Amino acid sequence: MGITSKPVVFAILSAAVILIGTTVTVFIPLFMPSTQPVSAYIKPYTAVEQEGRDIYMREGCNNCHTQTVRPLRTEVLRYGEYSKPEEFAYDRPFLWGSKRTGPDLNRVGGKYPDSWHYTHFKRPQGMFEKSNMPPYFWLAKNRLDTSYSFKKTTVLGYGYTEAMVKQQLEEYRAKVADENYPSKESRNVVTPLELRKELTEMDALVAYIQKLGRDVKSMETNQ
Amino acid sequence: MSDTGYNYRVVRGFAFSALFWLVIGLVVGLWIAFEMFNPALNLTPWLSFGRLRVVHTNGLGLGFGLAAIFAATYYMLQRLTRTPIAFPRLAQAHLYLFNTVIALGALSLFAGMNTTREYGELEWPIDIGVVTFWVMFAINVFGTLIKRQEKQMYISLWYIIAMTVAIAILYIVNNLEIPISLFKSYTIYSGANDANVEWWYGHNVVGFIFTVPILAMFYYFLPKVSNLPIYSHRLSIVSFWSLNFAYLWTGAHHLMLSPLPEWLQTVAMGFSLFMIAPSWGSVVNGYYTLNGNWDQMRTNYLVKFFIAGITFYGLQTLQGPLQGLRTLSAFFHYTDWVPGHVHMGTMGWVTMIISASFYYMIPRIYDREIYSVKLANIHFWLMMVGQIVWTSAMWIAGIQQGAMWKATNPDGSLMYNFLDTVASLYPYYQLRFGAGVVFFIGILVFAWNLVMTVRQEQEPGKASPSIL
Repeated sequence: MGITSKPVVFAILSAAVILIGTTVTVFIPLFMPSTQPVSAYIKPYTAVEQEGRDIYMREGCNNCHTQTVRPLRTEVLRYGEYSKPEEFAYDRPFLWGSKRTGPDLNRVGGKYPDSWHYTHFKRPQGMFEKSNMPPYFWLAKNRLDTSYSFKKTTVLGYGYTEAMVKQQLEEYRAKVADENYPSKESRNVVTPLELRKELTEMDALVAYIQKLGRDVKSMETNQ
Repeated sequence: MSDTGYNYRVVRGFAFSALFWLVIGLVVGLWIAFEMFNPALNLTPWLSFGRLRVVHTNGLGLGFGLAAIFAATYYMLQRLTRTPIAFPRLAQAHLYLFNTVIALGALSLFAGMNTTREYGELEWPIDIGVVTFWVMFAINVFGTLIKRQEKQMYISLWYIIAMTVAIAILYIVNNLEIPISLFKSYTIYSGANDANVEWWYGHNVVGFIFTVPILAMFYYFLPKVSNLPIYSHRLSIVSFWSLNFAYLWTGAHHLMLSPLPEWLQTVAMGFSLFMIAPSWGSVVNGYYTLNGNWDQMRTNYLVKFFIAGITFYGLQTLQGPLQGLRTLSAFFHYTDWVPGHVHMGTMGWVTMIISASFYYMIPRIYDREIYSVKLANIHFWLMMVGQIVWTSAMWIAGIQQGAMWKATNPDGSLMYNFLDTVASLYPYYQLRFGAGVVFFIGILVFAWNLVMTVRQEQEPGKASPSIL
């Protein structure tokens, strides 16, 4: 009768067959240097940027925006230098995405000033009438929850001490709350009065967006 | 319990849970389809596209898909083994836990608890719930198989075994994560490795939920409905093992031209092309089963569901490997072509086969006739038209989008800015929404037909002799 009359043997054999491809294409590459290259130029996210990244994930931005520029002529022309594996060494999870309802964001850091992002997040249609991006003005009304910031950076292996995390948060807060912050006006438009001296979720998201691709740009400048 | 001793209570429970999650998932789908051309519908944070899209995919994939698979599996398992479910109370607990986990999962996604790894977005406490109900299911599958009266296991049981084993491996390996709080965790994988693990999972979870158990239903219900034996047993053996072997190698075709090592992409591309063979093995097996009896397409209302379904499966498994080729991926990836591809599978194959399986199964477990064959035919055509318009609109949109992204002026500069490409797609998005409404009406007819089948008064003389 063969294995079709032996369910347990059949299950074990199925598992074995399934695990061959899995082992070769997933388990073994996990430990190969080519899937985890590192570069001295690529720095981990600061605590604020990481919080911003978590908001990017919470809002599902990855459903419409990719973060990989492919080595294709028009793509490099549109977005910038194509993506390298070492850029993503600190990305847990990866946020490459699978659909471009909106543009790729892998090289967006530094492309626009902070004020651009505050105005755009508030109501994308105010900037681009035909955009279909949802508004995110409400992110500026939420105080940034930093209670897990240190734990997060520890689990992610960024190597910050608790004091460093506190300092990063305080430095960024001081930067955006400063009277001379260049994007102060646009920030004030979306941020309620009582939160202007504090970090909001939108501040963190802007910090994260401005980090994207920045290390690669500085690497190019150095070379 | 019916007079045969089979437990149909849990089958009914899962079948109507599937209908419930199907309607919810489609309402969310229509909502986000509308948001695509009218962002004013992003009324609140939890109604914004980014959060709702995962409610749609998880609600239909895990809610509707799994519930329908559990219903059909508990039915086929008992019939094919001639044995009642081994642990009926465990099966009932499985039903309750399943619905609780899916409801909590949907709420958590609305709230933004999202790991962002496609089709594995649920956070770790929900993952534990999923693994728990999967183990409960597996215990019943293997318990019933071990106690079985029928010595030989039919093809459908092979597919059920493969699914039970594969989903367990995929789900656990992919969701290894370190909790930060009750609502937040980070995956243990990083960067390119994370992408590789995630698309191994993402591709195969679709394979082992939307292909393998649906083939189990196809191989069981088509012969039942048509009264014809499957054309070739040997072909089903070859298809089964080669499908199981090759599927797991193909995940990286989702990562063509990404920073993933090139050899992984190329291996995935090769195995994707190979996948045409086992997929078409089942398609050919289905077509030849009807050899000489094609008049049943006209005379037997359920046969056309199965043949239409396997046809879309055949088209799906040709289109997939082709768009996975590096050069074609360069053009099509990230465009609306891909949702078109996915929805031919889900609307044209999965929902088609599940609908027909339910039309066969539900009247039998209630010991009566279907409420209305006419309504079933209307349901069929609404689904068919809705799906074809939906997917065609997205394929055309995808081709246009891909071409506009690539278009350059004679001096080599880009012809369109990104916003031009977005705005040019709105007519297709509107058409897609309309097609979705047509499909949804078809599903409402389906649900109505099944509910009325259950609620109708039993006509004397129509009932089977065992009741009289």
